[in-house]
Amino acid sequence: MPASAEPVLEAHGEPVLEARDVVKRFPLHGPGQHGKEVHAVEPTSLALHAGRITALVGESGSGKSTLARMLALAYPPTEGEIRLDGAPVKQARTARGKRAYYRQVQMVFQDPFSSLSPVHRLRYILSRPLQLHGHASGRAELERQILDLLNRVNLTPADQFIDKFPHELSGGQRQRVAIARALAARPKVLLGDEPVSMLDVSIRLDILNLLGTLRDDEGLAILYITHDIAGARYFADEIKVLYAGQLVESGPADAVVEQPRHPYTRLLLESAPDPDREGALLDAPEVVDDEETLGEPPSLVDPPAGCRFHPRCPLAKPVCATAFPPRTQFDDGQWVHCWSYDEENYR
Amino acid sequence: MKLPGNPKVRIGICVFAFFALVALVGPYVVQNLMGLSPSDVHTADAMQGPSGAHPLGTTATGEDVLAQLVVGSRVSLLVGLVAGLVTTALSVLVGVAGGYLGGRADSVLTVLTNICLVIPGMPLLIIIASYVQGRGGWLTVALIIGLTAWPWGARQKRAQTLSLRHRDFVTAAEMTGESRWGVITRELIPSLAPIISVSFLGAVVGSMFADAGLSFIGLGNINITSWGSMLYWAQNGSALTRGAWWWFVPPGACIAVIGVAAGLINFGIDEISNPRLRKPPKKVRDRAEAAKLRRRTEERAEPATAPKAQEATS
Repeated sequence: MPASAEPVLEAHGEPVLEARDVVKRFPLHGPGQHGKEVHAVEPTSLALHAGRITALVGESGSGKSTLARMLALAYPPTEGEIRLDGAPVKQARTARGKRAYYRQVQMVFQDPFSSLSPVHRLRYILSRPLQLHGHASGRAELERQILDLLNRVNLTPADQFIDKFPHELSGGQRQRVAIARALAARPKVLLGDEPVSMLDVSIRLDILNLLGTLRDDEGLAILYITHDIAGARYFADEIKVLYAGQLVESGPADAVVEQPRHPYTRLLLESAPDPDREGALLDAPEVVDDEETLGEPPSLVDPPAGCRFHPRCPLAKPVCATAFPPRTQFDDGQWVHCWSYDEENYR
Repeated sequence: MKLPGNPKVRIGICVFAFFALVALVGPYVVQNLMGLSPSDVHTADAMQGPSGAHPLGTTATGEDVLAQLVVGSRVSLLVGLVAGLVTTALSVLVGVAGGYLGGRADSVLTVLTNICLVIPGMPLLIIIASYVQGRGGWLTVALIIGLTAWPWGARQKRAQTLSLRHRDFVTAAEMTGESRWGVITRELIPSLAPIISVSFLGAVVGSMFADAGLSFIGLGNINITSWGSMLYWAQNGSALTRGAWWWFVPPGACIAVIGVAAGLINFGIDEISNPRLRKPPKKVRDRAEAAKLRRRTEERAEPATAPKAQEATS
């Protein structure tokens, strides 16, 4: 995989958090499965920049969450390394090392109903990161900062929310608490693992706007994981498309959505209704003639060789089944891994 | 502290409180104020039924049963409490730590638990107790019971911890920078509180039974007055065949009542650990009630004019 071996150089300064050629394989257990592995993430590089939102798009099982959890040190990468501020992060084993890392990098979970402990009040949930990272000491100072956090995520009046239990809140309010908890550490990087997918549509925009404000006001680097590529366009600065553990396309959000270059990206876009896009795609070749031929995502225990998308791809050529395509870079900052853009097709 | 609303729990707590009170001040009241002694032998008064002088009768050697019962409650409760604490603490420590830490620590702790689990408890207790022979008084008995009764609870807590370990809120706590010990004490143990308190009550009652059982077969310190040793002496003095019910029924009944009280309290423990089941404080409930009332009266006031008009036209 030639292209991904190069460090990601983009015109946004040094990345805050970076994954370099990370690979994750999960060993399987059970009778007859000894030695088999789930190839969850193939060599993948990803860089997050201050003040920018990077959207990672892909269907279920594509390795989005695995990648995010590697960035959050929940899983150690099988190969490759995570870099924070340019320095490789050793897999912090000690509580002190982990705490120092989580001081900079925080994660918001997908499900706000399970990410908040049911036995604690908001006051306690928010006080822990403040205390652990030494941002507040003393009862009054702690309370002031907790109220401040609740105000920042628009849980007002804050003094009424502070002594509530999570079960007394709605899904959107809980997700705000989860975001407030992540912000309490005053991180530089926020990893959002589908932070709005469990929420009602009417609340999603609120939460996304909140994250957008955080990016603009505080220069947070945000990783926004989603399967909603059309939604990512309005929110993210950059979109990366992941298929079966391989990054297949990346570029500025508008470019990727308006001019999807990988057949998989087109497939994703066609499956998402978006009134603004209608015209842009009319002249693009129809990728799916028949829903029946769509097929299933591949098995990651025994993934297809070469480009993993080739069994489903309408443009598949013999070469697709033998080798993963190199990176084809376009002038607008978009790049794609697809054999149909190989040298002779290069524009 | 306010009593929980559940009447079963209230009864259970009251019974426990009553016995605790008896154990605390009972011996003073009985010995100093009523002038009864649990150990004074009066052969003249032997084997007498309940009477004014001896409210619960006397034993075969003329000791006062009520005095024995009250003085013995202190020992029985202490043994139960201490052994229950030791059992629960060990099972929580081994079970939760093993389940959460996983890997080698878990393997070692699981092997230890399994070995202790397959050793039959009561025979082991008997062997140790007969070796110790009542030396060291009630504390030794409590420790022996505590150190042999924990593996069951440890397995149960390990299983529960395994189910919690990968929940998002535990991962989230790790990602706020909480240490392993912090996760165990601040997230896992509060979430396991219902199981822990249920098993604590179970351990207290179980230990009291074990203590009574040991004393009954003569392996406890039978010279200390406890409910178990009362039963032992009652058996020795053939209380059952001689119809001296006042001798063996009171200690047996006390043990049974405490067991029932523990069962009743367990009904309410869910409420403590699961805030969702709690009723809001009275102030909040009153405010909600007042708001509802106001709404209803307003509704009544407004449409009241409309139906009246209709009536008039019809």
